[in-house]
Amino acid sequence: MNEWLQILNNHIPDQRILTDLADRYSYSFDASFGEHLPDVVVQAKSKEEVVHVMHIANRYKVPVYPRGQGTCLSGGPLPVHGGIVLDLSQWPKKIDLNVEDLTVNVSPSVLTANINKEAEKYRLMYAPDPSSAHVATIGGNLAENSGGPRGLKYGVTKDHVLGLELVTPEGEVIRTGGQTIKNVTGYDLTKLIVGSEGTLGVITEATLKLLPKPRAAQTIMISFDEVRTAGLAISQVLTSGILPSKMEIMDNASIRAVESFQPAGLPVDAAAIVIIELDGHPQTLEIETELVREIMSKIGATQIVIPNTKEEANKIWQSRKQVSPAIAKIKPTKVSEDATVPRSKIPDMMDRLKEIKETYNVELVVFGHAGDGNLHPNILCDQRDKEEMRRVEQAVEAIFEAAIDLGGTLSGEHGIGTMKAPFMENELGTVGVEMMKRIKDSWDPNHIMNPGKIFAERGQKLVLTDD
Amino acid sequence: MQTLQEKINYDKTFDCVQCGYCLPACPTYETMERETHSPRGRINLVKLVAEDKASIEDLREPIEKCLGCMACTTVCPTNVQYGQILEGAKEVIEDQRSESGKQSKVEDFLFESFFSSEKWMRTLGNLTWFYQKSGLQAFANRLSLTRFAPLHLEKIERVIPEQPSPKARAKRVNHYKPDGPAQAKVAFFTGCIMDGVFFETNQNTIELLVRSGLEVLLPEQQSCCGALHAHSGKIDDSRELAKRNIEAFEKAEVNYIVNNAGGCGARLIEYHHLFDEGSYWYDRAKRFVSKVKDVSQILVEVEGLEFTKPINRTVTYQPSCHMTNVQGITSPPLELIKKVPGITLKELDRLDFCCGSAGIYNIVNYEDSMDILDVKMKDVCGTQPESIITTNPGCLLQMKLGIEREGATETMDAVHLVDLLLEAEPKVNYKFC
Ligand SMILES: Cc1cc2nc3c(=O)[nH]c(=O)nc-3n(C[C@H](O)[C@H](O)[C@H](O)COP(=O)(O)OP(=O)(O)OC[C@H]3O[C@@H](n4cnc5c(N)ncnc54)[C@H](O)[C@@H]3O)c2cc1C
Ligand code: SF4
Ligand code: SF4
Repeated sequence: MNEWLQILNNHIPDQRILTDLADRYSYSFDASFGEHLPDVVVQAKSKEEVVHVMHIANRYKVPVYPRGQGTCLSGGPLPVHGGIVLDLSQWPKKIDLNVEDLTVNVSPSVLTANINKEAEKYRLMYAPDPSSAHVATIGGNLAENSGGPRGLKYGVTKDHVLGLELVTPEGEVIRTGGQTIKNVTGYDLTKLIVGSEGTLGVITEATLKLLPKPRAAQTIMISFDEVRTAGLAISQVLTSGILPSKMEIMDNASIRAVESFQPAGLPVDAAAIVIIELDGHPQTLEIETELVREIMSKIGATQIVIPNTKEEANKIWQSRKQVSPAIAKIKPTKVSEDATVPRSKIPDMMDRLKEIKETYNVELVVFGHAGDGNLHPNILCDQRDKEEMRRVEQAVEAIFEAAIDLGGTLSGEHGIGTMKAPFMENELGTVGVEMMKRIKDSWDPNHIMNPGKIFAERGQKLVLTDD
Repeated sequence: MQTLQEKINYDKTFDCVQCGYCLPACPTYETMERETHSPRGRINLVKLVAEDKASIEDLREPIEKCLGCMACTTVCPTNVQYGQILEGAKEVIEDQRSESGKQSKVEDFLFESFFSSEKWMRTLGNLTWFYQKSGLQAFANRLSLTRFAPLHLEKIERVIPEQPSPKARAKRVNHYKPDGPAQAKVAFFTGCIMDGVFFETNQNTIELLVRSGLEVLLPEQQSCCGALHAHSGKIDDSRELAKRNIEAFEKAEVNYIVNNAGGCGARLIEYHHLFDEGSYWYDRAKRFVSKVKDVSQILVEVEGLEFTKPINRTVTYQPSCHMTNVQGITSPPLELIKKVPGITLKELDRLDFCCGSAGIYNIVNYEDSMDILDVKMKDVCGTQPESIITTNPGCLLQMKLGIEREGATETMDAVHLVDLLLEAEPKVNYKFC
């Protein structure tokens, strides 16, 4: 047995050091593509245990890959070079609310939705709402800087982090930020760590910001016979003095997919629908709803639905939620992208996506968070069909190119991981990537902290098959 | 390799997009704290076995420790057919075991002795009665129950209810008619454990059906539903039992086939999965399946009952996983409980969390089952009920076990929904034919 493997055992009980093949394979994947067998899975339950693991890893130069619940869509937790998967999901779950400060201290394993659930008991909210919030850990959210529909009004994870506790790749414990909203002491390491995808250290605790929970919400669903008009309408609302909490778009293909999966009475002939949620005081909502209605009818919406009850509103949001499973019925493999463009460029991006769909002859469906320009072009394919997968890989590259051309970014939500690493330079330029590498080098001199992520290795290409 | 891939449902594993949405729903992931014991992990291992990257032996433990509660299927956004994947995996594991000639496990003994025929179950019932009445240890020895000692069967025996005398059992007839004209004709599926261990509840079920104005037949040729066989990888046996039941109930020519055990019902409604689509037996199975109803469904549908006696009691309801996740029946039992005058229903926080009984899981994997039961009991005790209502014999025994473990036998009991309903004295309206 490896020497380092034996020393691991000094501070971590046997049953949390997994070496059986079945166990190792169970941590060889995430929700994206690729399968990589680690040498061992270590389930850490305390800061001390993480320090112990990092000391050993750094001494023996063994790679360590932090892992939450493995819902990453870009390959972040994959043990691409073997070594140790550090499972943080079994860490005792701690949610310590400081109601008066509007802050909360959490352990890395807490499921994000549970933070909001606790906060709501005190009429507060934790705003970031990735759709995987009921499954993913806050550690994963911090590492990926996750966001959801509410990002439009409230921002993403990084906008809600006040401080972090981190075990560095060399096994030191640091605290960044603090408990206050205002804090300008030194470099903002908190922001650097958030979104670093586990390449700079292991997050062992976080202090998050809470907001007062809005009193009420109003949903509006609008149909359009042209995608361009939908894009225009979105911009007009946003420049009219109203900031909705959510603005989602579904294209015709997604509408049809939902209707044949679980009929919800969506307009199957519409080129696109936009679903808006306004939140705030009930009286404000009445005024804003009327304003939105005016804008929409002026611009030529074909249908405006304003649900009167919570149930009706839920039904609309439920159908938005059904897009993912519904389109998965088209074909078994789902390649979900999150290229993001400036809001004004949504119509252009939609056009480009249509071209890509035709050029590469792929099943491409578009929906997403239109309010912040974060679209989810999804390609439905079959992983077993190698020829098709080659075309899909090309189509994905074309999507990245289109987003960058339009002044946007490779990833709005899912992170770079292994999947998008080869394209970073296109967006950031050689020097941009080089500066990031220098930061990485000084934090992690032995390159043991989640290697193979973010930065492309020589000759690395996008690969969407497991072998 | 081809047949292994087919048997193990390799194709179906591709429906899993590894999103992890099933993780928070899975009881064994929660108590065993490893992805290996999660739905996503299990499906992945099945896939790896089909690809020859892992062995059937690697798959054994994760599959044997799965409760089969199907909570994962209810939350799965892509509708992965985990039930079929699980059964395929079990079959492959069982095939390998029997090929290797390894001596049979507990299950074999149970199947050979207890569950194979109605006669045996009756014997079990009778012997249990005899055992309880006489306290004769000899009974245990004769059935070589000592072999089960490490399996804690004795703990489970302790919570088996008082048994009716063989005479009472013998008195049962096969045809009951309501007083007035019958609303519909139903056949009652007695179930082997239900009939063996909860004979009284079965009698009460018949009574409720008749009082609701239904004509009730008990087809004599019926046998075990085959759920436990399928859960243990004995698909061929399970298929034989299915055929027997299909034949028996066809002869009865009824509108509905009613059962009162969530686990059996789940099996009955999936009989067609045992046959090739389009085959002769597939069609027969389909016709059978279309008539299957849980007793709670039929009671709600015919609305024949009016409860006359208030029951001033705080109760909680523990649904059967198979009823919720496989049969998709959730509201009828609650509707019926709420109809009972005087009753206070306090719902559990995590209704969909399995109790850990899961067929014979609590016999074969006692320790793991108790870990899950302890999670369940914490939730149960939070509602401070006087009674826990269930709809499946396995859950009923497990809840009784849970009450014992909590040391709460003085203040809490567990009852089948049917028994509660009859206690509320629904208006009488029948006679023997
Ligand atoms: C169906 C589905 C829907 C999704 N929807 C959204 C969405 O709306 N918005 C969105 O932003 N994302 C979404 N995601 C992506 C994913 O859920 C998020 O990236 C999430 O934050 C990952 O959390 P996790 O606990 O699963 O982490 P993992 O997937 O296990 O890990 C993700 C990354 O974080 C690192 N990491 C994990 N924990 C720590 C820690 N404590 N310290 C340091 N590094 C750590 C890992 O090394 C890895 O690089 C979705 C995924 C799925 C499958
Ligand atoms: S929820 Fe369904 S698709 Fe997602 S990991 Fe579980 S089984 Fe797979
Ligand atoms: S059937 Fe139950 S125990 Fe088995 S994987 Fe699904 S949720 Fe877990």
